[in-house]
Amino acid sequence: MSPLLSLILIPLVTAAFCMAGSAPRRISLFGAGANLLLTLYLLASYNLEIGGYQFVGGRLLAPFYGLAFSLGADGLSMVMLLLTTLVTLAAVWVTPPINRYAGMFYACLLLISAGAIGAFVSTDLFFFYAFHELALVPTFLLIGIWGSGERQRIAWKVTIYLATGSFVLLLGLIGIWLAVPAGLRTLDMRILQQLGVAGILSPGPAVYLLLLAGFGSLIALFPLHSWAPEAYASAPAPAAMLHAGVLKKFGLYGLLRLAVPIFPEEIQQFAGLLLILLLGNIIYVGFVTIAQKRLDLMLGYSSVMHMGYAFLGLVALNQIGLAGMSLMIVAHGLTIAALFALCGEIGSRWGTLEFAKLGGLAAGAPKLGLLFGFAAMASIGLPGFLSFPSEVLIFFGAFAQGVTGGFNIYQTSVAFALWGVVISAIYMLRAYRRIFWGGRGVAAVDGVGDVSCAVRWAVILLLAALLVTGFRPALLLDYINPVFDYFAP
Amino acid sequence: MEPHFHPWIILFAPLVASAVILFLLPRRGVAAGIVAIGAAALACGLSWRLFLAGVTPVVAPLPWLDVPGLFSVPITLILDRLARVMLVLVTTISTVVFVYSGGYMRGDEGVPRYYAALSLFLFSMLGIVMAGNFVMMYIFWELVGVSSYILIGHYFRKDAAADAGKQAFLVNRVGDFGFMLGILMFWLATGSVAFSGIEQNISAVTLHPGYLTAAALLVFCGTLGKSAQMPLHVWLPNSMEGPTPVSSLLHAATMVAAGVYMLARIFPVLLAAPEAVRDVIMWIGAATCFAAGLMATQQDDIKRILAYSTISQLGYMVVAIAVAPAGDVAVFHLFTHAFFKCLLFLCAGSVIIALHHEQDIWKMGGLITRMPLTALCLVAGTLALVGMPGFSGYYSKDLIVAYAHGDNTAVFWITVGAALLTSFYMFRLFFVVFLGSPRSEAAGHARQSPAIMTLPLLLLAVPSIAAGYPFVARHFFDIPHHETPHIVHYALLGALVCGFLLASALYLRGPGRDPLRIPLFANRLYIDDFYAWLVTRVQGGLAIVSSWFDRWIIDGLVVTGAARTVWLAGYVLRLLQLGNLQAYAFFFGAGVLAVLCFLVFR
Repeated sequence: MSPLLSLILIPLVTAAFCMAGSAPRRISLFGAGANLLLTLYLLASYNLEIGGYQFVGGRLLAPFYGLAFSLGADGLSMVMLLLTTLVTLAAVWVTPPINRYAGMFYACLLLISAGAIGAFVSTDLFFFYAFHELALVPTFLLIGIWGSGERQRIAWKVTIYLATGSFVLLLGLIGIWLAVPAGLRTLDMRILQQLGVAGILSPGPAVYLLLLAGFGSLIALFPLHSWAPEAYASAPAPAAMLHAGVLKKFGLYGLLRLAVPIFPEEIQQFAGLLLILLLGNIIYVGFVTIAQKRLDLMLGYSSVMHMGYAFLGLVALNQIGLAGMSLMIVAHGLTIAALFALCGEIGSRWGTLEFAKLGGLAAGAPKLGLLFGFAAMASIGLPGFLSFPSEVLIFFGAFAQGVTGGFNIYQTSVAFALWGVVISAIYMLRAYRRIFWGGRGVAAVDGVGDVSCAVRWAVILLLAALLVTGFRPALLLDYINPVFDYFAP
Repeated sequence: MEPHFHPWIILFAPLVASAVILFLLPRRGVAAGIVAIGAAALACGLSWRLFLAGVTPVVAPLPWLDVPGLFSVPITLILDRLARVMLVLVTTISTVVFVYSGGYMRGDEGVPRYYAALSLFLFSMLGIVMAGNFVMMYIFWELVGVSSYILIGHYFRKDAAADAGKQAFLVNRVGDFGFMLGILMFWLATGSVAFSGIEQNISAVTLHPGYLTAAALLVFCGTLGKSAQMPLHVWLPNSMEGPTPVSSLLHAATMVAAGVYMLARIFPVLLAAPEAVRDVIMWIGAATCFAAGLMATQQDDIKRILAYSTISQLGYMVVAIAVAPAGDVAVFHLFTHAFFKCLLFLCAGSVIIALHHEQDIWKMGGLITRMPLTALCLVAGTLALVGMPGFSGYYSKDLIVAYAHGDNTAVFWITVGAALLTSFYMFRLFFVVFLGSPRSEAAGHARQSPAIMTLPLLLLAVPSIAAGYPFVARHFFDIPHHETPHIVHYALLGALVCGFLLASALYLRGPGRDPLRIPLFANRLYIDDFYAWLVTRVQGGLAIVSSWFDRWIIDGLVVTGAARTVWLAGYVLRLLQLGNLQAYAFFFGAGVLAVLCFLVFR
């Protein structure tokens, strides 16, 4: 059986132990660490010369439907695995002492991780979908049981929202399946991609729009975004890290896997629509982000905003933009996880996340200030962090669809998206200035101490990953570039 | 060691120093200083060696970002004469200021942070100087921005410093927005981001003059931000909230000149662009050099006077880019200005330290007897800045004004007017600070600063005087021969004398307060207030409206509305679930009847 199965089984088994055992934190740290090491080992043993899907294995379950439990990973999946295991380890690491049902809490985190990993390594359409659904259940529990504020209402809202989105997505997936010529009918995504690239499989615009709406609501594409900020503000920090950092990326991954090879014409046909929606993410949601008065909501909105850049890479529909989108998935996942971890730390230490009550924290907590500064800079795409090369590729990829001597819709959109870079600097630096610089706020009492050891090292892990890949984006691009070779001119 | 390896050492030594300080010496001020100074001195020594060797070494590029066959951004180092001159300039001044900082920052708990950021700045600045392509320049462009942000915000507990750091970063981002868009336009048209590639393929763009004009002006937006040209100049005076050595190195001598350096780097592209591009550049430069001069005349903070003066001088350099036939004319003024403006700031710094962080010139006075060495150095810097014959500024500024005379009469008289203002506000500063009697307790007890701070002053005074002499300058620059008309000499000398006389008439006796009150200039032409209005009202208003819309329309009306509709439908359907057999039988019968009616009466 494929070694990828162990990547799914390790968190599942660990989760089972957590629910039964007495030392859930130690067990989950061990499981998450083992998964990261295994992923690093697989990344090293993935043969870049051959490329394509490797570590393949599976079992046919229902021949009539072409349903199989089959696993395999190409360069894109490998990169997604790296993101998932890194964020999982960080999320488990930063988990503060849990008063109620600690075992359940850790189990839920690990189940989300297992679901995400399963979705990223499944080559069968059914399991690709099912694993993601599996991960939604623990998300619901994490918000509903351990959340803050109106946790139950928000948990229901998010779950219904995402379940509805998933249902629309399911209709789209069925649409794809039905469009496969009868003799070739299969659920194998690798074959579906090949059929799409070859032009044999073209389910038409309606199916594409279903797919876009389905994935779009999971990714928080404007105007399907209003679930996200509330959910991240209410969710406990590790849950927000895993959801915003990893699970939300399932939608982008799905678009890269299915929409790009199967619906290239439709993506171009509806480029205008998507460009307007993604500018809604970047500009409109950007302004909403500026107006936020609480750090957790601001981070939630900022994460919605950044999804606009990912869509810009998609709509560019060339190797540059798609590579940028893939890098953006990783960069944003790591960054937002680091920010939510630090946000949770601030909330638990000073008891509030309102800018008006905080201020001058860098004086008493210089390490926290330094880490938050690094994470904020990563978030606004400072060179040196992975976010920068990903944005560069996205902008150049989308601009490549422009014309010399004129300014078409793609170029105009890139210009607006570039303005988004200014907007994100505005809200991030303002937040940093209000929380860490200036005079002391009413809640910024002394004697609270600096960042805890666990959060510190978990965030350093995430930031180090961003810096290493930012200095050498080839470390990831070597895996990603061949995936979109079918676009080679 | 192979010589072609040296440029990499020059580039990365400061970065290594920064990382070492950050990770290994976060609490050791003295050790941090030694590491940072050592790295700067190493870079300085190797730069001089490279410069004196006089050849252009070819350095193999490092791959960075690659999408095979479509897009490639390597880290390429350019080491032509222009880059080598800048290397020497940047590393020399940096080393001097790094040493001076050791004295200025003594007793500050944030010294390691300070030196880490200063080293990061040096790394980024050297990256700009050696950048071989636009994207690489943009990378380091952003990095100098962030190091400037950290250094301006050094005294982060002060609200003013915290706001100034943020503002500097944001205003620069606005400029960089245009910069990146211009880079994208050049790339799309020429298929390259490398300076050499764009120059080679420039004919592909000259077919579209409108497109080329837009692209060139957008790239120029980068200069507007970084070199504080109008209308993006507002951040530079506020950046004076940072420690004085930072103002001296970043916000006077080197970083702010990066915009001018970039224009010199792409000079062939600007030459190929339509005339309109250089017209816009010229008028922005002229407006900046004059307006900043006006604002400088009414400032009370010693550093802000110098800051407006910096903006004004940068305006001269930008004018030079537009009117001169070679980028070297602008870089020549950049070169001399770097020395004397750095000197002026360090003098101001030693005054500020001697007066225990007092920056208001009206609380100084009579310092010439208490700090003679500082006064002497400040005089040397002032004379260089106002363009006194025999001092470096005379040579470089005269050249620019002479070219302006040949190009556009109006701009010529504007630059002469700005020279008059320069002379006025600099002598005003000197008279008020050093003559008369002390106007505060601190000024009465001021002492000459220690050697670690005076030695750098003396070191900088030498090039402030001599850097412009033709026999020195010809080793650094390729100044095209230009016959300076007599009117230029007379006009500039007249401006200098007029400014001096005006200032001495008003300030020579050291009045207790400013006899001249011009609110328009003191309030910086109200440009800052306009921006404050724009940010709070327009941007804040848009943000609040969007936020309201998101909360009450998208989330409230649409999402919750949809949920309510579903809930209502469920509620209505639930009314039908009576759990009563007769009722179900009744519905069944009614349904059958309805279907029959439909079939019969259709």
